[in-house]
Amino acid sequence: MDLSLSDEQKQLQDAAERFVRDKYTFENRRKIVATEKGFLPENWAQMAELGWLGMSFSEADGGYGGGPIETMIVMEQFGKGLVLEPFLPTVVLGGGMIASAGTAAQKEAQLAPMIEGKKQLAFAWLERQSRYNLADVSLKATKEGNGWSLSGHKGVVYNAPSADTVIVLARTSGGAREEKGLTLFLVDGKAKGLTRRDYPTQDALRASELTFDKVSVDTDAVLGTVDTAFPTVEEAVDRAIVALCAEATGCMDAINAATLEYIKTRKQFGVPIGKFQVLQHRMVDCFTNAQEARSMTLMASLKIDDKDAIVRRKAASRAKVQIGKSGKFCGQSAVQMHGGMGVTDELAVSHYFKRLTMIDLMFGNQQHHLTRYSAPCWTPSRSWRSPPSGPSATKWPARPSR
Amino acid sequence: MDLALKPEHKAFADEVRAFARATLSPATRAKSFSGKHYDRDDHMAWQQALGSKGWLAYTWPKKYGGPGWDVTQRFLFENVLAEEGAPRIIPFGPKMVGPVIYTFGSDEQKQRFLPGIRASTVSWCQGYSEPGAGSDLANLRTRAVRDGDHYVVNGQKTWTSYAHWADWIFCLVRTDTEAKPQQGISFLLIDMKTPGVTVRPIIMLDGAHAVNDVFLDNVRVPVANRIGKENEGWTCAKFLLANERLGIAEVPASKRGVRSLRELNDDPSLNEKIADIDLQVQALEMSELRALSTMALGGAPGPEVSTLKVRGSEIQQRIAELAMEAVGEYAAPYQPDLLFRDTNETPVGPDHAPPAAPRYFNMRKTSIYGGSTEVQKNIVSKAILGL
Repeated sequence: MDLSLSDEQKQLQDAAERFVRDKYTFENRRKIVATEKGFLPENWAQMAELGWLGMSFSEADGGYGGGPIETMIVMEQFGKGLVLEPFLPTVVLGGGMIASAGTAAQKEAQLAPMIEGKKQLAFAWLERQSRYNLADVSLKATKEGNGWSLSGHKGVVYNAPSADTVIVLARTSGGAREEKGLTLFLVDGKAKGLTRRDYPTQDALRASELTFDKVSVDTDAVLGTVDTAFPTVEEAVDRAIVALCAEATGCMDAINAATLEYIKTRKQFGVPIGKFQVLQHRMVDCFTNAQEARSMTLMASLKIDDKDAIVRRKAASRAKVQIGKSGKFCGQSAVQMHGGMGVTDELAVSHYFKRLTMIDLMFGNQQHHLTRYSAPCWTPSRSWRSPPSGPSATKWPARPSR
Repeated sequence: MDLALKPEHKAFADEVRAFARATLSPATRAKSFSGKHYDRDDHMAWQQALGSKGWLAYTWPKKYGGPGWDVTQRFLFENVLAEEGAPRIIPFGPKMVGPVIYTFGSDEQKQRFLPGIRASTVSWCQGYSEPGAGSDLANLRTRAVRDGDHYVVNGQKTWTSYAHWADWIFCLVRTDTEAKPQQGISFLLIDMKTPGVTVRPIIMLDGAHAVNDVFLDNVRVPVANRIGKENEGWTCAKFLLANERLGIAEVPASKRGVRSLRELNDDPSLNEKIADIDLQVQALEMSELRALSTMALGGAPGPEVSTLKVRGSEIQQRIAELAMEAVGEYAAPYQPDLLFRDTNETPVGPDHAPPAAPRYFNMRKTSIYGGSTEVQKNIVSKAILGL
């Protein structure tokens, strides 16, 4: 057991901290939000140059052989600065799925340029009716000559406006909400028949609604094998959840620091409001919440590579519950303690609050993951013992049928 | 970074488990799982067995007769023992006064007191709280007045756990009434057999007797029993409190509690509440490991242990509350014989019902003792947040 960062990891942390300090002052970020893409291509190029886009991939895949701890380190700093570059959709989700399911040719065509910063990705899984159920997919892909034809709708696809390739989760067989019968397709962002409705999100990211009207792709656009994409998707989403949790811990540190500074300086009744015990204790609770969020994120990052899918799912869900709970507490408390200033757009605090709120909703909120974690077929965990072995029987809890 | 155990650590865990299985009395072990209270013999037999093995003072460095274990070994030791149903080690000797003596005591004091603590042949209790000094500990009034090579001690200590079992008490006493509250305090070791020491039981809301009042009436204590300098006892007091807070998060016991909660619960509507407390326990465990790994790099337990204490107490309370909810209406029958005495009586209702409500009532103490939740938050607020 060892919880200390290696020297390389410390250097990575310093570099990410420096990046955020230099590029993401509050005023700078405002300017980036207002640009056309909503992030800066030169920042993306710098991330590629620093090796961040490839660090979590194996050397065989053209990466640098890092793992979830490296992802955690940069995501945490991104959270502190509310970084806008599409690291999660491109690297963690898109890159992650291509690395785990892609052919050599697909890795060559997609992953290699992504690591160099020349290609961006998006992952289209959600549909209007899906809520948090990853298997609730009705966008249809049907055989058509030598390839496939995709028709249907995808929603809230983060980074779709800038994505060179969209990874689309489609139904190739089976009924609505069945885990079997799902297939992933690599679709060109400018494919014929694909239309986008772009919009900003609450937390200043960019996303789109995508309509697929008989979009044709070749057979080699299939990522992985036909009908069996679900485990790939579930694992990639679990990894994305852990990365998001790291981002959230960064947000919490930043929002807590801002609040602490505020209550030390803001005066009412002749004293800094931090002199009032009621606020002191609430501030301590924020601090404790952030500590717990960090602990759970670290634990999840250390367990997400586990071969046993149950261990992996539990780790992700546990962390997501904690982040949901802690993020809400820190966010709401920060706004409350800032008083009227907390509900304005003028201070960073409301921006962190919005990001933390949206993070809770991504890939299943606190309640969803509590239900997933408490699925009765999962035995209670013993954190340092070997996990139960054998095939994993548990599924992403199905959404109650309507 | 790695959570995995090295082979030597796995072997160590096996060794601890084998020792517990071979040594722990089945009757004591059964009490751990049924919720029955331990008696003095349960504790002493177990602690003396640990002492003979050299494991009772398991947090101590080798220099003072401890095993010199690393963080991982301590963690495994605590967890394996909890899983095997061992009673918790009564902390007053090995976890509280022992480290104070080897940190602040003279060589003569170390030689005199440490062996009995390591072997659990001498048992200790803690004389901190007083009727007028609870959360405001520095307001303590017990007076120690110098008379030659003795102090004459007068006053009252309260909430003294296991004073009725103890051979010695370590006390905070006031040796200077003129100085600021924290600056006139000394740390004294008092033999409970000294004339003038009287113990009065305090019965708790669940019927248990664990805590006491200790009255000190012209008790003559040799000056040689003072640890550290006169009027500098607050330093020892704070050092001890930080160690105490680290221990009372009680993570291994809470893990055992969650496991038994899952086993006994058959109400599906509680499943998510149990899952929620399960993950709170894991967050706390990870936070504790992070704190310990910082300490292993050379740090001392800092004020952040206060947050572990706060969360640890809330979690213990919540587990007890859920266990009672799981029992439902059969929590109502009060069956003290099944809690406190050896009996073959069959319980009214399910086997796990008798201790459920008493334990819930009793666990309310956890957010009050060892510095209340409010006091801990004051500490974090001042020492970490600078408010």
